[in-house]
Amino acid sequence: MKKFINIALPKGRLGEKVYNLLEKIGYGCPAILENSRKLVFEDEKNGVRYFWVKPSDVAIYVETGVADVGVVGKDILLEQNPDVYELLDLGFGKCRMAVAGKKGEILPLDKTIKVATKFPGIAKKYFSSKSREIDIIKLNGSIELAPILGMSDVIVDIVETGSTLRENDLEVFEEIVNISARFIANKTSFRFKTEEIELMKSTLEKELL
Amino acid sequence: MPENTVLSFEEKVAMKLTKLFASFGYKKFKMSKFEEYDLYIENKSFLKSENIIAFNDPTGKLLALKPDVTLSIAKNTADNETEPRKLFYSENVYRVSGNMHEFKEINQIGLELIGNIDNYSLCEVLNIAKLSLKEISDSYVLDISHMGLLIGLLESTGLPYDAREEISAYIGTKNSHEIRRVCSENGVDSSICEKLTTLASLYGSIDKILPEAEKLIVNETTENAVKELKNVCSTLKASGNADNINIDFSVVSDISYYNGITFRGFIENVPGSILSGGRYDNLLTKLGKSSGAVGFAVYMDLLSFLNKDSDRFDTDVLLVYGKDVSAQEVFAKVNELQSSGNRVFASCVECKNIKYKTKVVLGEDMA
Repeated sequence: MKKFINIALPKGRLGEKVYNLLEKIGYGCPAILENSRKLVFEDEKNGVRYFWVKPSDVAIYVETGVADVGVVGKDILLEQNPDVYELLDLGFGKCRMAVAGKKGEILPLDKTIKVATKFPGIAKKYFSSKSREIDIIKLNGSIELAPILGMSDVIVDIVETGSTLRENDLEVFEEIVNISARFIANKTSFRFKTEEIELMKSTLEKELL
Repeated sequence: MPENTVLSFEEKVAMKLTKLFASFGYKKFKMSKFEEYDLYIENKSFLKSENIIAFNDPTGKLLALKPDVTLSIAKNTADNETEPRKLFYSENVYRVSGNMHEFKEINQIGLELIGNIDNYSLCEVLNIAKLSLKEISDSYVLDISHMGLLIGLLESTGLPYDAREEISAYIGTKNSHEIRRVCSENGVDSSICEKLTTLASLYGSIDKILPEAEKLIVNETTENAVKELKNVCSTLKASGNADNINIDFSVVSDISYYNGITFRGFIENVPGSILSGGRYDNLLTKLGKSSGAVGFAVYMDLLSFLNKDSDRFDTDVLLVYGKDVSAQEVFAKVNELQSSGNRVFASCVECKNIKYKTKVVLGEDMA
């Protein structure tokens, strides 16, 4: 008997793109397209149940097994380090995690670096691998403001095209890691819904080639 | 009074596991709550976590609340014993767990076999691990792996320690694309890289995976690993104990401690592995001992995900008595109800916070 697969998708553009892809390869759920405030959508025929969740929560839903699989940015995985399988790099939602600061300046060498970021875990790990001491200023948005107003020396943030940085007279100092959307699975679900999850993975892989 | 109404699911499982271990001749090992802090510092990577509750004893010696039991057992086993030691334990350990990064007291039940580990010993421990999972739920899977395959393949890459660590972490998350990235960044031979990604993604029954594993042999280490894995699997199969057992090479443990067969147990609806174990001769070598060892632990705190206790009653009978009833009469009624196997909660007022099956009212003048 085919088992239901619970899929956690991040609300927003990335999630919609992933849904369209899944629909194309046979995991459609027409109810999802009706404009409603519902958060859970089910399609009995295709054996799928979708949840729309906050992008930074996808990994938690999958780690606890409420969702069997999900799609999440590598930035979230690096920051939260959840205990899940990372089965596939979907290759879209591409961007870079980078250290940036005011144009023309360089990373200060002679003092503790003040770093403003939404990703304290990634920032800490990166700078400690370079043996640099940092002070983290955790912000939840408009990170670019911090160096402009002198609150921090640099920021660690996602850079897509770099236009936000340019408009604010900032530039990338160092690149930390490349980011893209990843297909993840719960470790227990993988064992009890092996066929279903492996099929979804291989179909996705073929579609993306 | 029937045990199954009084004990919680966790207590029932603990009892069943204890009986199971004892039936194979394992003896209970009771240890002290504290251990010398140095033991954990010297074997930090065995614990995977540096968070340990440490404190001074009255003489100033630094002690720690046990974050782990295996280390204590390994330490306390005398060396050069010709006889095998078969021990089990049920202990609380103190670890940081969950997203809140707080210390938690976790009940761990497990067993250790220390001595000369032959094919039968390995199969016995695997079989007990399997039976332990079965005691918890019928929807279980025991995944077996052999560290030798990973160690051998990593040897053949010629990569430095850091990159090897990185690759084994990616094997653990079945992350083929990052393995490919690390391999190409370090110029690893593409056939070895392909073998590593295969190692990460192989998953399935013994019959399906063993032939695939043979294709991963590149050197002596990998060859011995496959040979040992085959021996164990064929013994388990021949004795009719191979159901619900899969092979999964993403089951990796720290290579400086674990050297042979490693395994994890999973129960449907419990996130993460509830049982974890393996062969850890390397730990004993580090502690200066020559015997081999294999064992596993069951993480009892994860049982709460099965939600088995949600429909438990606090008592069978709620006995509400009025002011017109004497204490003596209440006693008589309680005794009467108890003698027919009921749990009785007697109260002079109506209780809303007690979950009961039936209510008995004695007298008329209610409070």
